[in-house]
Amino acid sequence: MSNSQSPIANRQFPIQVNSVSKRYGTVQALDEVSFAAKEGQALALWGENGAGKTTLLKAILGLIDFDGSIEIEGHDAKQAGKLARRRIGYVPQEAIFYDWPVQATMEFYAHLKGTGNLRPPSERIPALLTRLGLAEHADKPVPALSGGLKQRLALAIALLADPPVLLLDEPTANLDAQARRDYLALLAGLRLEGKTIIFASHRLEEVLALADQVLLLEQGQLLEIIGPQALQVRLAPEVELTLWVAEGQRPAALVHLQQAGLATHLNGRGTVVVRVHNNQKVMPLQTLQSKGISVKDFEVE
Amino acid sequence: MELSLLWTIAQRELREALRNKWLWFYALGFAGLALALSQAGLASAGYAGLGGFGRTAASLINALLLFVPLIGLSVGAATLAGERERGTLLYLLAQPVSRAEVFFGKALGAALAVLAALALGFGLAGIGLGTAGSSDATAFLALAGYALLLALAMLGLGFVISSLTRKAATAAGAALLLWLGLVFLADLGVMGTALAIRPNPATMLGMLLVNPLQVFKLGAIYSLRATLDALGPAGQYALYRFGGNLHLVLLGPLLTWIVASFGLAFVLFNRRGDV
Repeated sequence: MSNSQSPIANRQFPIQVNSVSKRYGTVQALDEVSFAAKEGQALALWGENGAGKTTLLKAILGLIDFDGSIEIEGHDAKQAGKLARRRIGYVPQEAIFYDWPVQATMEFYAHLKGTGNLRPPSERIPALLTRLGLAEHADKPVPALSGGLKQRLALAIALLADPPVLLLDEPTANLDAQARRDYLALLAGLRLEGKTIIFASHRLEEVLALADQVLLLEQGQLLEIIGPQALQVRLAPEVELTLWVAEGQRPAALVHLQQAGLATHLNGRGTVVVRVHNNQKVMPLQTLQSKGISVKDFEVE
Repeated sequence: MELSLLWTIAQRELREALRNKWLWFYALGFAGLALALSQAGLASAGYAGLGGFGRTAASLINALLLFVPLIGLSVGAATLAGERERGTLLYLLAQPVSRAEVFFGKALGAALAVLAALALGFGLAGIGLGTAGSSDATAFLALAGYALLLALAMLGLGFVISSLTRKAATAAGAALLLWLGLVFLADLGVMGTALAIRPNPATMLGMLLVNPLQVFKLGAIYSLRATLDALGPAGQYALYRFGGNLHLVLLGPLLTWIVASFGLAFVLFNRRGDV
């Protein structure tokens, strides 16, 4: 798509990445990467360290030179980086701030972002702090915040100018389990509000909770775009189901499941254990139900 | 370039630079020295019947030649490299600001911090001298003006170092080496070259004008005494050649150093290889 197209024309695809390549010395960090993100879509960038995830995010932000083109709502990331960045809220993997209080930090970035036709910072900042659970920490110096609260602050800053696009670089990598769940819930809410989200990740849990599609990156190449369930299947093609069946029905259950072609055995606790393909988890339950055997409970591992 | 953004970044930089303990260490050292020199200058002025300001300021020149470059270089070197190392530079550039706004905002803030440090030193010296009723404020202000220009030129060189380095410690080390080179080695180099090739006064003057510290020294001495006899044939040639325009001639190299150093630093910073 050419640079001359108006921002409005590209609103359906807020992010368009066309044949983007980047080389650091002898290392090909990105190799002809192309994709587009629809409005309200969440795309996960998946790959090992060095796959090109962070480089791609830097290119979208216009922080590095690259071959090819990237447009954010019609604004070229290289030629009009500032305009493009106005439409992006960025959350780094580990947000590092100046050692000011939370409120002062928000005010500083509000000045940089400008709030245009939005409510003035004096109204937006308290609203965002409340929404992200930071209101009670407004007067604390940022270094005194926990990692989870710092990531929330980064998200609050990213949302200051209400951008249509959010870029997140492994946003929950440094959070504990509870903080991660809370953070993902916040992001899921933003996606429902119509934000287009691109996030680098190497956590399946994050991808399953948030992504519509997954971009598989390897050594700078975009290998494939797949759904999050497909990624789960590839990462763990089989799962183990533990089924609680009435003691008298267990032998019959074993027979029926084995007749259905499933690898089955009884474990030490007397429960039925069956291995199935990841996308066939319901099959053993249906098989037993059709034979009149009721499953009292089950676990997936 | 949006001036409001530039000013926002400048304020942040100023705030950060004023928290740099080394800036105040150098500034207070310079202020203490200036005050002591001013008292000594006044005492001898009473005895010799000379104007206190001229004598004091002449004594100050050597102190200024040590402290002013150190202040400018250390503040400049700490700016970009420090932020790059902490990771805050990438986050700042990821906001809707241009590289020019970030660079010149930081330069403005750092320049204001250096100005504050110099104002402290010159202010204390000025109060000391003013209390004693000395006059010749014009010479004192001219000296302060040359010091500010020298500080800005050194700040620009500090920014060049900062644009090239990724770690604050490396930048500080490089700044210290450059300071040693400019303060001591360049002087020795000029003296050695003069002995080796025995240049004519015009060539000698040209060699002096290349080094911003020597330009400052020429300007400062000329401001105090309206003569450059102390600098020998090169000084006499400068007066003979440029006469009343000497201040303008000396401002040229200093301003060139300021523009060239900040210009080079911006070009280096503006490369988008990586942040």
